[in-house]
Amino acid sequence: MSNNYYNSEDLKKFGNVADFQKNLGDKFFSYYGEVFKDSELTAREKSLIALAVAHAVQCPYCIDAYSGDAFEKGWSEAQMMEAVHVACAIRGGASLVHGVQMMNKVKEIAM
Amino acid sequence: MKSLKAQNSFLADAHEQIEILKHGKSGEFSLIPFQQKLETIGLYPLKPVGIDIFQVNIGKMCNQTCRHCHVDAGPDRIEIMTKESMQQCVDVLRNNPQLKIVDLTGGAPEMNPYFRWFVEEIKKLDRHVMVRCNLTIILANKKYYDLPQFYKQHKIEVISSLPFYTQDRTDRQRGDGVFEDSIKALQMLNEVGYGKEETDLILNLVYNPAGAFLPPSQQSLEKEYKQVLMQRYGIEFNNLFAITNLPISRFLDYLLTSGNYETYMEKLVSAYNPVAAASVMCRNTISIGWDGYLYDCDFNQMLELKVNCSSKHISQFNTETLINRNIIVGQHCYGCTAGAGSSCGGAVV
Repeated sequence: MSNNYYNSEDLKKFGNVADFQKNLGDKFFSYYGEVFKDSELTAREKSLIALAVAHAVQCPYCIDAYSGDAFEKGWSEAQMMEAVHVACAIRGGASLVHGVQMMNKVKEIAM
Repeated sequence: MKSLKAQNSFLADAHEQIEILKHGKSGEFSLIPFQQKLETIGLYPLKPVGIDIFQVNIGKMCNQTCRHCHVDAGPDRIEIMTKESMQQCVDVLRNNPQLKIVDLTGGAPEMNPYFRWFVEEIKKLDRHVMVRCNLTIILANKKYYDLPQFYKQHKIEVISSLPFYTQDRTDRQRGDGVFEDSIKALQMLNEVGYGKEETDLILNLVYNPAGAFLPPSQQSLEKEYKQVLMQRYGIEFNNLFAITNLPISRFLDYLLTSGNYETYMEKLVSAYNPVAAASVMCRNTISIGWDGYLYDCDFNQMLELKVNCSSKHISQFNTETLINRNIIVGQHCYGCTAGAGSSCGGAVV
């Protein structure tokens, strides 16, 4: 057992999660595969969205996978970084918009 | 940038490359032998299914020094095919009408002083001729400015590398200024009718990954290339071939120096596709080196792995002997069988 919570080699074992619950695992991977196919959005566009979401949820495995995938699909370094900034802006904004709640409360109790 | 040979790099030695492919640089890295993969699907020994494509590498001299080049071509390479060897190729073509397609490559094939003579002689035999033109050669010197007209006159299929539709990625792989010149050259080819739907002048482009990764879907990429090149530069072309970089020569050097070698090889092996293995290009191609020796493919040629039969040289060309040979395979062959497969004509499945 590694002393680290995250091990990059574990990414290759993602599919093994079905070993403990095959039915749900298989359904998830089938769904996952379907999601990333060319459809109303292209697989290329979905890859960039996945990269941004990976940063928003701070998943090192997903960042590893979709940095490679997005670059392979032709997104430039600058485009990929802009996508990360979108994730950052939404995360930052999500915190900041709660400032309105704080303001509401303070206004409610302040003289 | 100099070629590996001019740098006296150990990788200029084909035997060193083969050793690295077998055991890694450390001598301790090994993957399932490619031969074993073929054995499990009953394809070993790998046999030809015919010889339809006669691919001739007419020289290693090139006006570019691309970072991924499997030929280690460049301006400092002086190995080019002689007129006598070309004549031997023409004689073989005359005596073997089943060799319907002639694929001329290099280096920059146009830099061989007998290139035009060779094309004209082959066309007299009514064969389909493809030229792997690096595009920038058209603008490299005024003596090449009329190449689009020459190609048109002889109805040559032009196949040109454009690793990406952006300057940044193209120049990183092929050198500063290559993208801009490539765009100008493509516009010149379009002007004489190449790549236009209404003509029969075929202009195909080649995508190579600019780094240690595999090509994406050829079909999707072609759509993007067509859209972007038309919108930004008014360029039209016929098909896009997505080609995987094989871990040999300068691309091997890049993989080793960037620390990507082992990961890249693992990626190729894990993407191994048995369907692609059955359709590899060496099964219907014969590759001729600048010195007239025969190989199973252009990659085996660069690894100096001559055909495993008695017809080793163009002067000994014998279709029957060649068609019964066993194709030489090695770890580099994983490059042609990953994902949708890869050949000089792009994906194979």
